[in-house]
Amino acid sequence: MTKSRFFTVSLATLTALSAFLFPSCSPVKEYQKSRINDSEMILANRKVEKTELNAQTYREGSSGANGGKTGGGCGCN
Amino acid sequence: MRKICLTVVGMYLMLLHAFSQVANTDSSGYKSKKLKLDEVNLVSSYYDQTADKSAVMGGRTDYKGNGDVTDLANGLDIKFIGWDPKGRKNSLSAGLGIDYHTAASQAYVDSNGHARNNGTRIYPTLDWSIENGKKGTEFGLGAYYSAEHNYYHSIGLNTSLSKKNHHNGEFSVKLNGYFDRIKMILPSEFIPVDSVKNVLATATVIYVTTASGRTQALTYANGQPVGGNSKPVIPSRARDTYTASFSFAQVINQRMQGSIAMDLVYQSGYLGLPFHRVYLNTGKDTIENLPSQRFKLPIGLRLNYFLGDNIILRMYYRFYVDNWGMVSHTASIEVPVKITPFISISPFYRYYVQKAVNYFAPYEKHTTSDQYYTSNYALGSFSSQSFGAGIRIAPPKGIIAGLNMLEIRYGHYTQTTDLAACYGAGFWTINA
Repeated sequence: MTKSRFFTVSLATLTALSAFLFPSCSPVKEYQKSRINDSEMILANRKVEKTELNAQTYREGSSGANGGKTGGGCGCN
Repeated sequence: MRKICLTVVGMYLMLLHAFSQVANTDSSGYKSKKLKLDEVNLVSSYYDQTADKSAVMGGRTDYKGNGDVTDLANGLDIKFIGWDPKGRKNSLSAGLGIDYHTAASQAYVDSNGHARNNGTRIYPTLDWSIENGKKGTEFGLGAYYSAEHNYYHSIGLNTSLSKKNHHNGEFSVKLNGYFDRIKMILPSEFIPVDSVKNVLATATVIYVTTASGRTQALTYANGQPVGGNSKPVIPSRARDTYTASFSFAQVINQRMQGSIAMDLVYQSGYLGLPFHRVYLNTGKDTIENLPSQRFKLPIGLRLNYFLGDNIILRMYYRFYVDNWGMVSHTASIEVPVKITPFISISPFYRYYVQKAVNYFAPYEKHTTSDQYYTSNYALGSFSSQSFGAGIRIAPPKGIIAGLNMLEIRYGHYTQTTDLAACYGAGFWTINA
């Protein structure tokens, strides 16, 4: 499988999953959220990843959509 | 008759008893609490990179190791929490980051390689937020400042608002602005020695790059030096970045939740770097020249799934496009495995691929007719992979002496540009 095909399939799969799953959400009561509220389930980067994200921003041309910087704020491009 | 009277008296007494309770005024009404230290977070990291095609060297490959970098970063965050009389939670966070780096390419800002090859960056932050639990809303303001050797300052301001709905969903908006002043540090061969530049109406100044790479300003009048070294004044250019971030998170079921995030980014001003060389196909070198505007659009998707009782799948995908012609894809997966309820090991893998901006060309491939040009491989076409693992320890009673949580992470990163790096980071939380 070529790289572009890999990403096309990945994007299509994630988008289809999101479009299918988000509207079909089942109601979850507070007492049922023991797994959802686990610290590993948080929908964000870990705080220990902060400098790793910065390094990726410096070495790669794209950024954003991950809670990190989108440009500026440093002496980089 | 007596029985009736007694009955009536008895009923009257019962009636009095029914209303004898003192009305219970709500003495449990919410009391405000002053801001109190809640937790202290520390993060330290080390980054070690080897590379050959640095932008300072214009993508040349004959100077092996000219892209080598090491970086030691430390950050401290202190968080205070309090409640106001209306029961709203106020959070105030103050942070300070200090990074020290060495960069082999930095020495070649001077054409003889004598410029300084290290630097320190300091960046304090201040954030405040107020959360209304009843309404499910949170509003925040933040400020950021950064200073480093190659720019005078960077000032950041942000505001955010989030709202939860009754279906376990949350929508957030964040507006952010960075206002940078880039020092125009030129490669030494481009600084006109003994040339006169008009800076002030009544004086002239020339700039000389010393062997250490520093630029000094000498005051001239009528073509003759009139005094010793004046305070070095390096010209600067502005670079502004405006971002509007939108995100929506949703609990899907008892084991799964996901989110979608999108940023609208607009940059204007000097968007290159003045010490990045470009070698043309004529063999002559010049300084990279990039457009003064850039629009970026990244869209990210996250999906987390609790598999079984001990395994979690954390998946992320990002699509990115901008008006410079760059398109990129990012896909990553992390699989935390809970060894115990409080200890987890998390292997991860990330794949990234990008298509170059329209203005990129390798060493000696640009022509004199190109309007915009860069040989910075961070803007070129390549793919990268990173993999590693982390460990998280967070027992309910803490680890030792107030240390509440410890997280360590190690990774290895490679690009098809022959750049390779390894990094490690540690994060720990101390509860007050």
